[in-house]
Amino acid sequence: MNSNENILELRGITKKFPGVIALKNVDLNIRNGEVHVLVGENGAGKSSLIKVLCGIYTPEEGEMTYRGKVYTPRTPFDAIEAGVRVVYQEFNLLSYLSVAENIFFDNLPRKGGFVDFKTLYRKTEELLNVVGLNISPKTPVELLGVAQMQLIEIAKAISSKSELLILDEPTATLSSKEISMLFGIISRLKSEGVTIIYISHHLQEVFEIGDRISVLRNGENAGTHSTSNISIPQIVKMMVGKSMDEEYPFRAEIKPGETILSVKNLRCKGKPSPISFEVRKGELLGVAGLVGSGRTDAMRAIFGADSRDSGEIILNGKTLTINKPKDAVQNGICLLTEDRKTQGLILEMPCYVNVTLTDLQAVTQYGFINNDIERKATDKLVNELAIKTPSIDQWVGNLSGGNQQKMVLAKWLFRETDVLIFDEPTRGIDVGAKYEIYLLLWKLAAAGKGIIIVSSDLPEMLGICHRIIVFSDGIITGEAVRENFDQEEILTMAYEGYMQEDTV
Amino acid sequence: MNARKITYLLLREAGIGVALVLICVVFIFAAPHFASYRNMMNIFTQISINTVIAVGMTFVILLGGIDLSVGSVLALCTIVAGLTITSEALPAGLAITLAVFASLVVGALCGLFNGFVSERWRIHSFVVTLGMLNIARGAALQISDSRTLFGFPEAFSNLGAQTVFGLPVIFIMAMTLVIICSIILNRSVFGRMIYAIGNNEEAVRLSGHNTIVYKISAYVICGGCVGIAGIMYMLRLNMASPILGVGFELNAIAAVVIGGTSMMGGKGSLIGTFLGASIIGVLNNGLLLLGMGDFARQIVTGLIIVAAVVIDTYRNKVLLKFQEND
Repeated sequence: MNSNENILELRGITKKFPGVIALKNVDLNIRNGEVHVLVGENGAGKSSLIKVLCGIYTPEEGEMTYRGKVYTPRTPFDAIEAGVRVVYQEFNLLSYLSVAENIFFDNLPRKGGFVDFKTLYRKTEELLNVVGLNISPKTPVELLGVAQMQLIEIAKAISSKSELLILDEPTATLSSKEISMLFGIISRLKSEGVTIIYISHHLQEVFEIGDRISVLRNGENAGTHSTSNISIPQIVKMMVGKSMDEEYPFRAEIKPGETILSVKNLRCKGKPSPISFEVRKGELLGVAGLVGSGRTDAMRAIFGADSRDSGEIILNGKTLTINKPKDAVQNGICLLTEDRKTQGLILEMPCYVNVTLTDLQAVTQYGFINNDIERKATDKLVNELAIKTPSIDQWVGNLSGGNQQKMVLAKWLFRETDVLIFDEPTRGIDVGAKYEIYLLLWKLAAAGKGIIIVSSDLPEMLGICHRIIVFSDGIITGEAVRENFDQEEILTMAYEGYMQEDTV
Repeated sequence: MNARKITYLLLREAGIGVALVLICVVFIFAAPHFASYRNMMNIFTQISINTVIAVGMTFVILLGGIDLSVGSVLALCTIVAGLTITSEALPAGLAITLAVFASLVVGALCGLFNGFVSERWRIHSFVVTLGMLNIARGAALQISDSRTLFGFPEAFSNLGAQTVFGLPVIFIMAMTLVIICSIILNRSVFGRMIYAIGNNEEAVRLSGHNTIVYKISAYVICGGCVGIAGIMYMLRLNMASPILGVGFELNAIAAVVIGGTSMMGGKGSLIGTFLGASIIGVLNNGLLLLGMGDFARQIVTGLIIVAAVVIDTYRNKVLLKFQEND
């Protein structure tokens, strides 16, 4: 362990909050020029560790050395000065400004007190080439998709001198094509001598790009290994502290019954091509496709969240009139939205308010809410789903990501429903919580509900679904049943719609 | 747990209460007549109308909206009610009943307009109610031919001078409204929806609720409160005028903000609003007793509003910590 080899060394880092120890005596060495992957369950201390590295938190104990010198960043600015840049999971972009202005916001090229736009656009174009984005530097950020914004964040991070780049779950919002592009950028940066700390929930990724991996568990470093001599089951075991027999549960004894929901000739607003499909009782139907392939739009249209141009929605043989979410909910269809923070939960209100929001009638007597009934019902669901919260009076926003996702589930379990549509139910949550959610999906299937799962995690859908339909550029390009599941075939179908367009 | 909850509630509500008590204590020592029965009655009368308007305003602000039209709508309410009550074609009893009804309906209709327009076309209520501010004022002047109306039936004038348990009748009306609305906000489904929508409207809509109906209702309630305030004004002054109520919206907003309700919506309480209105009233009264002029009092009131909001940001930080460590 000499200081030439390690760009960053952490010795006994401890960070405490009232009542919680976020980091416990963490030792960590980051070698110069490596891609170091950091994994761990939600709440294991990954975010706290990043915040310590970039000067947002100051640790109570321990010391850090960066390039052999003591490193004590007090503000994010100190960290940037030292060459440590972070690409956060949440974007920090100014939507009304151009791509160029966003990338160079901290460091706009100037000429006599004014912004030198010529240089700005030239430098931006160079950077956009590096990250593989083919857009004008003048494009306002609000017009970009999520994946493009992610790439802009990366461009921003590498726009100035950065020796140590920290990527916090960069692939959470990317499709597989974009992910491989990102990996290309990472190897390119690596070859230029940039050291990278890479945080992810996707364990497969670790082996594609990581040199070494460290696992955090309960605020401690549970071990650092070279990726060449460790396997996924071993990592999972380190993360959860016990071994897990199967990553994806599949209960073959639950067989789909008769059709519960059929969607006929659904056309989302402004989309030319109609969509038809069905779900059966007790069936887990996967909806695959690239981000932006129209999966989410179709689900929102069925639920009445967005308006549609045409289409019939038939539940249990009855044609429904759905113009707004209220209509869908009252008929027993619910949608667990992709973005739990902005669309699923009221973050600054207690658990019980969130849970009973779907069916206030059930806790109401003479127009007034009965607190006892409400709290008992919430307690029951919180226990059933093993949601970790100090009390049901806690604001939902203070729970960890996995527990927030379970809270979204809890609120829909509170209401009697026939069809549950899950949009990205396991995005951004850890392995342990994912597994618990899979088990819940099966429990719902066993109860005869129709379940639709939209997910970008193909292995996950192959693991748990009875059947998968594939969206591509707004249409359904194919369907596969469990006996014939083939990852490559599904991927081909996912790109099919775009291929046809190219040949026209 | 209960001790914690009590501490939490005290933190949330008591800050402003403590401030009110402190201000009163200062005045009791500084101004000789401040604590007299007559002056207390004065204060109660003075804060009543602002309290009632501010109660309605709280509903709207809890949804992240604002109603700038309350002052003008108040004038319009009094004019319509005034014309009804002074109508010679009607017997006094019926005239009074109809006048009360008319004031409520006019207020509620103005609120309906505000709510409907801002929700249907997704226009910020700031703009819509700014329009209503002009519409209602113009209508009041037009209908009344810019006259002030006097000569209400005796039964009505007498009622205004009554006291119940030694308290002015309009103060009793204001307190009743605060209590009823407080119960609605804290315990009813409607109240729950107001807070929930104020925090995250999209999540509420996607949970299967028609959020627009609740939002429009809040504006109607606000207008209805203005209608009540109109009647109280007539009880107090025995007149109706198309030019009264100028600047009342600012006093009401000030009461709500001093009371700790967030302008972003979702957080706040009616008890806070009542205490906020009390602070403004007590300050105005006390400073006047100390011989401070109109202009200087306005400066002090302004400073208090800013100070209250600054203190509130610190209080919110403490509350947040409290939540996190719960």
